[in-house]
Amino acid sequence: MSAGPAFDTVERQAVWTALGTVLDPELDEPITDLDFVESCTVSPDGVVSVGLRLPTFFCAPNFSFLMVADAYDAVSAVPGVTRAEIALADHHASAEINGGVAAQAGFVGSFENSYQGEATAELDELRHTFISKSAMAGQDRVARPLVDIGVGPDELAVMTLGDVVGTVADTVELTRLRERRERVGLPAGDDAPLLLHADGSRVTTEQVPLHLRRARLQRVGIETNGEYCKSLLALRYAPEAAAR
Amino acid sequence: MYEKDGEKYFIVDSHSHFWDASKENWVKGAEQYAKGWIDCFYGYHQLGPPETHWDWEKFLKVTPEDFERDMFVEGHVDYAVFQSTYLREWYAEGFNTVAQNAQTLEKWGEKLIVNGRFDPRDGQKGLDEFDADMAKYHHKGIKLYTAEWNGDSRGFKLTDPECYRFLQHAQDAGVKNVHVHKGPTIWPLDKDAFDVADVDHAATDFQDLNFIVEHVGLPRIEDFCFMAVQEPNVYAGLSVVVGGLMHARPKFFAKVMGELLFWVGEDKMLFGGDYNIWTPKWQVEGLVDWQMPDEDQFSDYPRLTTASKKKILGLNAARLYDIPVPAELQLQDEAVAQA
Repeated sequence: MSAGPAFDTVERQAVWTALGTVLDPELDEPITDLDFVESCTVSPDGVVSVGLRLPTFFCAPNFSFLMVADAYDAVSAVPGVTRAEIALADHHASAEINGGVAAQAGFVGSFENSYQGEATAELDELRHTFISKSAMAGQDRVARPLVDIGVGPDELAVMTLGDVVGTVADTVELTRLRERRERVGLPAGDDAPLLLHADGSRVTTEQVPLHLRRARLQRVGIETNGEYCKSLLALRYAPEAAAR
Repeated sequence: MYEKDGEKYFIVDSHSHFWDASKENWVKGAEQYAKGWIDCFYGYHQLGPPETHWDWEKFLKVTPEDFERDMFVEGHVDYAVFQSTYLREWYAEGFNTVAQNAQTLEKWGEKLIVNGRFDPRDGQKGLDEFDADMAKYHHKGIKLYTAEWNGDSRGFKLTDPECYRFLQHAQDAGVKNVHVHKGPTIWPLDKDAFDVADVDHAATDFQDLNFIVEHVGLPRIEDFCFMAVQEPNVYAGLSVVVGGLMHARPKFFAKVMGELLFWVGEDKMLFGGDYNIWTPKWQVEGLVDWQMPDEDQFSDYPRLTTASKKKILGLNAARLYDIPVPAELQLQDEAVAQA
């Protein structure tokens, strides 16, 4: 995992921090942690050039587009930045994605008449689906330490996020869960239930064991996907280091 | 057959290829896609143990002699199911066609099952091609790659009306098993190409077909498991799970196996070695030696017994493909029941 380049000006650090808010929507991890940021330079007149790279040539174009677009938005919002240039390299849809984001054409516009295929809608629904998956996985991340110390289904079914504060489960994962829920319109305040079905309904005591299984499966799915991506990225760009 | 500690395992590799990704076969003007595709595979190849790695040139195309050694001589495989993947937009003669596979049939016909394929976007011509293949090879199984490019199209769904027509046709012609592989590019691009909801619908509407979801729906294993738990005719193809995780990411291998054992169950999991991304030898031997770790985080996952390993490594697939299993390689109670 990259710690990021050592920046010598405040502005460059601000750019790196901004890139750290950009998530891979499938993996729910920052692109800076995933080593997807290959280069990042700031010119004296405030033009920021960011080079991005992905684990494979065929990484899904929709998620790839979201990362490039989100990086563009995040970097553009940094004070002092006059222009953001985001370039995704070594990808089958690099031209469409880079050109489309630079032109602010949206996803549909970026792929208009493209050889790579066609889009019929923007990516809000896709993003929503994957944040919801992260919110489901987050319930395992928060509840697991409680289960491990013996908190049972009766308690878990009535527990609120506020109840979690101050317990072993009061970790960064709690903040992360609240943030994901807010983004998809699920209750995220102190009075919100810790366990929620995907549709926002409450989980009954009887449903708790299977619900926790589902949340864990979701987490295993996302994290396993992440392991493949990290392995393949390392093999693609640093094969000597990756070979074990 | 693989023997370890006095136990004998009948091995069916339910997902293998005999491909031609050599540069001579790259379509002019589409070289970057042909290269991108096989480079992707080569990345996965390197997730296996270092001593099994090949150089890139060799990986592009193996010889029949390589195949025989890797599968049947060293690989312990009793039967292999060959899947077809055409990709004619990128590979001039196809990446891995039925005809290519069938060449190997001449030599090892008694150990190979060659699966067919169709592409619903080919219309009547595709049906005719399918019928011709069926007449020649009597396929029991087919492989569908939903993300394959075809003319202007960038993929299809099993629930497309035209695909339903093909599935019905295949079922009427005697096909029993449908291997489904999801891939990254599909129309429209704004949808999740890995969504397995269409397999769910097709499995409900075609009860007499078995649907084997390759790579267990990775990277959407959760969607796959939620579906498979509800559909009696949906199976988990373990290709890429064993090859990609068992060596490179053992903890995640244990978690994925644990989830599959819980949601899908050991009777519906099929070993697939995914030759020649990987060779079967280390995968078969590793799986026989493998056990769920003792750590707490794995404590509520089901355990694999010797009998479950026998099922996963061969007996489950033998059942789907009506492969005769010698009595001494069957599970004891089944052998007794048949006697």
